[in-house]
This record gives sequence, structure tokens and C-alpha cells, in this order.
Amino acid sequence: MSHAILTATASDLGRRIAARELTAVEVARAFLDQIERTNAEVNSFLHVDTEGALAQAAAVDARLDAGEALGPLAGVPVAVKDLFCQEGVPTTASSRILEGWRPPYSSTIVQRLLDAGLVLLGKTNLDEFAMGSSTETSAFGPTHNPWDLTRVPGGSGGGSAAALAAFQAPLAIGTDTGGSIRQPASVTGTVGVKPTYGAASRYGVIAMASSLDQPGPCARTVLDAALLHEVMCGHDPMDSTSIDAPVPPVVDAARSGDISGLRVGVVKELGGEGYEPGVEQRFREALALLEGAGAEIVEVSCPNFAYGLGAYYLIMPSEVSSNLARYDGMRYGLRVGDDGVRGTEEVMATTRAVGFGDEVKRRIILGTYALSSGYYDAFYGSAQKVRTLISRDFDAAFEQADVLVSPSTPFTAFGIGEKLSDPLAMYKSDLCTIPTNMAGNTAGSFPCGLSPDDGLPVGVQVMAPPLADDRVYRFGAALERLYAERDGGLLTDRIAERWTQEA
Amino acid sequence: MALSTADVARLAELARIDLSPHDLERLAPQLDVILDAVASVSEVAGADVPPTSHALPLTNVFRADLVRPSLPAEAVLGGAPAVEDERFRVPRILGEEQ
Repeated sequence: MSHAILTATASDLGRRIAARELTAVEVARAFLDQIERTNAEVNSFLHVDTEGALAQAAAVDARLDAGEALGPLAGVPVAVKDLFCQEGVPTTASSRILEGWRPPYSSTIVQRLLDAGLVLLGKTNLDEFAMGSSTETSAFGPTHNPWDLTRVPGGSGGGSAAALAAFQAPLAIGTDTGGSIRQPASVTGTVGVKPTYGAASRYGVIAMASSLDQPGPCARTVLDAALLHEVMCGHDPMDSTSIDAPVPPVVDAARSGDISGLRVGVVKELGGEGYEPGVEQRFREALALLEGAGAEIVEVSCPNFAYGLGAYYLIMPSEVSSNLARYDGMRYGLRVGDDGVRGTEEVMATTRAVGFGDEVKRRIILGTYALSSGYYDAFYGSAQKVRTLISRDFDAAFEQADVLVSPSTPFTAFGIGEKLSDPLAMYKSDLCTIPTNMAGNTAGSFPCGLSPDDGLPVGVQVMAPPLADDRVYRFGAALERLYAERDGGLLTDRIAERWTQEA
Repeated sequence: MALSTADVARLAELARIDLSPHDLERLAPQLDVILDAVASVSEVAGADVPPTSHALPLTNVFRADLVRPSLPAEAVLGGAPAVEDERFRVPRILGEEQ
């Protein structure tokens, strides 16, 4: 029984809970047990809120038993990246500087999940302050990829992606600043979508780079991601960059998956040197499948994408250095060296030296440099101009194609420790995902098989114009259906037995 | 665009991060490599290109200036490293040199 709950889709669990075939409490228990059984191996959860989850589940059961009609995900468990504030529940951003902190309020997204009757299982591991592509910069140890425990699960949202792949949760939420939802989805064989910038509220989400950060859904199926997208997104007056427009019809798009006549633009610049042959092979096969289903494949050129990584590593650290100035050891979080003799500046510098890890320090110092007097125009100013050039490339490409595609990341999951001492090699994980953050449009990563090189998951990325999030889901649903017809199921089905056999 | 350890020490001071000489020697070359990689950005950013900060043309967002309940003081002080007389207690703010 428990095995069947763990491997079910979120939409199926929601339907069965609403029909009272299952109770929200028994579903929550199954996943809490699974986390307890497997978390020592995966290290995807930093905190498991057993008591809170069971109370939320019991409340949903009571409302359903009383005949109340709730949404399609009522009673379905969800894992929360530990960057989202949840009132009273430890929230660390995987940093020592926030260890033990319990927020006095909840982020809008967490509140929306609770309002929709979702059951919040706990907080998932990430790179410290979401800075990384492997979940290795977490102060609380790396997360391991459920496909191969010696490999990284991507990052920064490696905890959320690994929780899905290890069947510890049917849904998870993430944030995407340069690829932190899509790249982990790609290397764990799961689904992840970065909505249009401003579609999901950033209120109560610990900030990294405010002009790029965007929360989004993670799941094992496209429909599940769309259902979660619908709960998460929508206008929030508490976020001044929130879009005041209806959420695009993502659930209808995920149910339809009709791509006949859809013009799919292959971005010429996102491939070739630096891309693993196995990744390129699976990507080309995905294109062939789509063409067979009636999509029209065209090639497009986005020459300024080549400057995306460089511009990103100016804008992001600049905003990081400003956003992380709030960790001053005065009002919350860690304080070190307050001996009655040292002054505030000295205590702040000591606290930040002890509380932040290497990657966070690197980026703060880089940002301090980029923003310093005399350098601003050459660095931050130029980088903001590159955003315009990237947006223009997108605009031109979207005149020739309805969606654009590329591999989600140039390489499959790499070994834990392999790229940690070479920051630039690590940064290249996000080569394909960064342009979308720079332009603020929407994109998702969907599984397209295992690489023949190493047997690890490969993802295809689909990018759509701002506010056309439904196109991402339409494309993803088509791809999911084509692979199910060819291979007989989801990619994650292939490791279901390994992770749920003891359940 | 070489960054010396002295440059990094100055930046760390501005960023209020206490770095040891060992940290500085490790970080300086790493930062140098990253800066080299991002230098290409200024090549394409011509004077005629306007900057972008948001995908959608948003202007300032306003709301009515209404009094709303705030968080209770105990919730706000609950996460503080040190509290005294229902206030945040901070280290002294004036150094010897002032």
C-alpha cells in the first residue's frame, strides 16, 4: 500500500484523497516514513516537520469529511526548498549564519500552499543561499543524486529534485536565479519549471539576486508541475515586481500536450563544444520524436547568448553583495565575537567570516568589486545592457518559433567534489539556463532519457516568451507522452523499485 | 584586470568579511579567473544599448497608506542574537578611534 502511495502522481493522490479512498494523514505518513528510511543516504531534507505535516493533513481530512470541496492538490505532500520562510519552522538557506532561525512569518508561496491544503513535509537542502550548481556549498553537507549516490543532484535546488527522484515527496518547490530549478530537474530525471519573472511571489523568499530570482514548481510529471504552478502563481501586492495578470492556462496545456504545428526553434549557440555527446544525442532524438508528432523544427540563432554567463556573473554577485548585507549579526541569525569590547563593525566582520561559506564570500566580494565607484558602468551597467541584447535575440527568435529548445545543461550529473575547486567549470552548468533569467521569460526542463555515456538522466529545456508559461507545459506534456509511448512510463519509474522496495 | 591580495583585502573590508591571509591568497586567483571570464561583457555593451532590469514594463507600484497590524514584538525579538529591555542589544557602535 505504502509503495503505491509513494510512486503515485500528485494529481492521482489528490483525486483519491478527495474521493476519500485515501486519507491525507496516511499519505503524509507514507512519505514521512520514506524520508526517515532514505534521508541518511540522500541528505535531501534539512528539517522534517513531522508534527506540522500530520496536523495539516488531519485538518484537510476533517474539512473533506465535513463535505467541503477543496482544490485538486488538497492533502498532497510537498517538499519546500529551505529558502522559503515558513513561520515557526527552521529556515536556514543552508547557511550557518541562519542556523536555528525560525521565521516570524511565512512567505506568500508557503501560505498559498497551506491555503490550498497541501501538506508541507519539511525543508530541503540547497547550495548556501542558492549559490551553486551542485548542492555542495550547503553548510549541512551535499545532497546525493538518487540515480547514483556518488554524483551531485544539481543545484541549487538539489534537495528538492533529489526528494522527488527518491520518492520522498510527490511535489517540491524551488527557486531559479540562473537555472536552480531546471538544472537539478535535468540531472535527476524530473520536471522543473521557471515561471515568467514576476509570476510567483518572492515575498518571504530569502533573496539572492532580486532581479533574477523566481520561485517555481518541481515534480515527476508535467501535469503535477502545472497543478502546483497554478497554486503558486498569481498576483501578490507584497511583491512589487509581481505581475498583475491572470495565470496562463498551464493545467489545460499540460492535459492537452497537442503540439501539432508548433514551431520549435533549436538555438544554434546552445550546443557543440563543451556539450557531452550523450547529451546531444538524446537531445536530437527528442527533436526527432517531436517532429514525428507534428512539430515543426527550425534552427534559430541567438548570438548574444554567448555573453549571458559573463553578464550573469556581474549582475548576480552585485545583487548578492547588496542583499546579503542584511546578515549583520544584529537582529537575527548568528553573532560571533560580541565580547563587550569589540564594536559592531568588528563583530559583523567576524560573524560573516564564520557564518558564510567560500562561494558566498567569493560572490559578495566579486559584487562589491563590480559595484565599486568607477567600475559600475563597465560592469553592472554593461551587464544590464547585455540583458537587453539577450532579450532582443529572444524576440527575434520568437518571431520564427513558438518555443525555443536546447539541452537543459551541457553535461549529466558530475561526481561529488569534482568541480568544487574550479568555480568557472561549475558555473558552466548553467550555460543554457541563464539566458532565460536574464530576459525574464519562462522555461522548463523535461526528461529525455538516459545518456548512453554514463546512464544518467538528460533533460531538454524549452523556453517560451514572457507570460506564455502554458507553452512550456504543452511542450513538456507532449514530450512526456511520446516517451511514455516509446518506453512505457516515466524516467523515474526506472529507479522506483530501488527507492521504494522496503516501503 | 589582475586583483592583488591587497585589493581583495580592501574589498573584504568593505564587505565586512574578516578574511585571513590564507583566505586572501586562495580567493584572489579564483576571483581573477572569474573576472577574466566576465570581461567580454563590456565589448558588446555599446552606448546605444539601453539597460534592462525587468522583462515586463513595470512602473512604481503604489498602495494605500493604511495602518496595519505589525508582528508582535516577541516574534520579532525571538530570533535576535541578544535582547535587553525588549529591544535588540547590539555591540557598541563607536570605536576607539571616534
